[in-house]
Amino acid sequence: MNAAQAQTSKPLNTIQAVNLALDEAMRTDPNVILLGEDIADEQAGGIVGVTKGLSQKYGTSRVRSTPISEQAIIGAAIGAAIVGMRPVAEIMLMNFTAVAMDMIVNHAAKLRFMSGGQTHVPITIRTMTGAGFGTGGQHADYLEAWFAHTPGIKVVAPSSPADAYGLMLACIFDDDPCLFIENMPTYWNPGPAPQPGVRIPLGRANVLRPGTDVTVVSYSRTVADCVAVAEKLSKEGVSAEVLDLRTISPLDMDTVLQSVAKTRRAVIVHEAVKAFGVGAEIAANINEHLFGQLKAPVGRVGAYFSPVPFAKVLETEFVPTPARIEAALRATLK
Amino acid sequence: MNQPALPSREILVDIYRRMTLIKQNDERFLAVIKAGQIVAPYYSPRGQEAIPSALSVSLTDQDYICTIYRGFHDMLAKGVPVRMLWAEVAGRTTGTCKGKGGPMHITHPQSGVMVTTGIVGSSMPIANGLALAAQIRGEKRVAVAYFGDGASNIGAFHESLNMAAVWKLPVVFVCQNNGYGEHTRYEIATSAARISDRAAGYQIPGITVDGNDPLAMYHVARQAIERARSGEGPTLIEAKTFRFQGHVFGDADSYMLKGEKEAAMARDPVPAYRKWLIEQGHATEASLAKLEEAINAEISAAVEFALSSPVPDISELRRDVFAQEVLS
Ligand SMILES: Cc1ncc(C[n+]2csc(CCOP(=O)(O)OP(=O)(O)O)c2C)c(N)n1
Ligand SMILES: [Mg+2]
Repeated sequence: MNAAQAQTSKPLNTIQAVNLALDEAMRTDPNVILLGEDIADEQAGGIVGVTKGLSQKYGTSRVRSTPISEQAIIGAAIGAAIVGMRPVAEIMLMNFTAVAMDMIVNHAAKLRFMSGGQTHVPITIRTMTGAGFGTGGQHADYLEAWFAHTPGIKVVAPSSPADAYGLMLACIFDDDPCLFIENMPTYWNPGPAPQPGVRIPLGRANVLRPGTDVTVVSYSRTVADCVAVAEKLSKEGVSAEVLDLRTISPLDMDTVLQSVAKTRRAVIVHEAVKAFGVGAEIAANINEHLFGQLKAPVGRVGAYFSPVPFAKVLETEFVPTPARIEAALRATLK
Repeated sequence: MNQPALPSREILVDIYRRMTLIKQNDERFLAVIKAGQIVAPYYSPRGQEAIPSALSVSLTDQDYICTIYRGFHDMLAKGVPVRMLWAEVAGRTTGTCKGKGGPMHITHPQSGVMVTTGIVGSSMPIANGLALAAQIRGEKRVAVAYFGDGASNIGAFHESLNMAAVWKLPVVFVCQNNGYGEHTRYEIATSAARISDRAAGYQIPGITVDGNDPLAMYHVARQAIERARSGEGPTLIEAKTFRFQGHVFGDADSYMLKGEKEAAMARDPVPAYRKWLIEQGHATEASLAKLEEAINAEISAAVEFALSSPVPDISELRRDVFAQEVLS
């Protein structure tokens, strides 16, 4: 057992979990390199320290602090990936992916198809986001629907430190480009340790809490709220099944449909704005496959159709609150 | 065309062979498209033949290029098989990309053509990545990014030059300045008198060269490639040229200065170089005629191959999206 493995036996937070996964990947494969703003130790190992210690361990040739050049960062990752490396590029905040959209959407996602399978782009783009820190309209958006709407890129959003570890490893060693979304406000929340070296398969949802009366589908930060609401309703005799998608695209509709075929009720919850969101795609799929078996219309809970607001009172209400999730479940159960 | 150390006769003729392949290929393309045998958008590189031809003789198959929608000359000079190129443009399974990429996305890793992009300004950031991989692995490969004058006004150009400079990447940025970006004249859109002046902002060598002069281009490219290969970092080359067929097939040229195109065509680099080769005794009329005939036959065979190849099966819509097929 090496030092990294020993550490994983006690609870850890998502910062530590992602750090361990990167460490494990770099240790086992020299083709894994890291690119991003401020990520090397000389620049403090990232703005929240996710990459701390890695440049000391693996050198600044493999752990590279970059200029503030999002297009160049993703471009460099793409080029290196085409010839066999497995770059992990950090785009500091999800809103900044907007600056690199051409590289991600027109190139990373499409080169496999457009080259007829001759090249592929096994990059992982790490990015963090989430409302709660009062950063306002340009630093906290959940933009996963933009990417999930693009064929060729996988979109992954863990809800716990252990999942972050296993999914990060899976992304790095996956042969497709992956966008990996880390939730910032919950970065420091501790959780059970992951199994060292074990990858969590992409494209498969996790039945986090089995139940029979209603299916709650979520991912990323809102999963914890869904579980809490499910626990609360269980005291009233309601049995809610909570699914954590883990991977948003490709979407594991099989698991969702299996669950909803059983419960015949569904609510989808995500922090992204509700309109035109991932929830709409899932709801449409449920309707296509299970229309007539449903006992209630599929419910959706998401953020207001507004930029992320600053004032605390607005920011708190902007995201799906436990109260809104609970209300949606109750409406479905009526 | 009086340069100091003349390359060998083999190289001189090899440059001509590549230029001729590009020119003849273009002429055939226009004919086939006009005849309606192939329907595809076509951005002719005619007039710009000398640039990649004179450059590519200093590259190997191990070296990489990223090019653009206009880059048929870059691809052919780098060695993409003519028949696979034609089959791709015809949308056939035998094409470089099984007919799934088309003329703007030709890819052929065996000859080092790693990415062809239809997005202005996007060849440079990816070329950096190819160069970065070579640098990290200690390989002696070089990456070349081809792009137009208009592309030097895109943010990614500046990000890429800066990153390549601070990391000393083995990359050569080759701007083919043909005086226009779509219908917009250079001066209207570009603040720098010369694109090579922009290299100064990144403290890398920037050089403007007559891209229609194969020898001048050869020397400048060779120096930049050697510099990159020896670990000294990137160079920005501005190769001045002109496109004879406008922006895209069907272009009416109404936006051009009067007489400009005619004057450029009168200085057509391909026959000019041919004349020079013969005058200087590097080749004979007969030897070049033979070479031209062989290329003509190769292209004829390629067209026939392409047009008689099968179109892709509809199931290809599900393949190559991800590593594994995803049902949707
Ligand atoms: C980002 C982007 N903007 C606009 C276009 C449309 N477009 C295609 S080619 C072109 C002109 C580019 O000019 P230049 O870079 O000089 O290259 P040239 O076509 O002259 O070889 C434009 C505007 C595009 N493909 N990509
Ligand atoms: Mg131009």
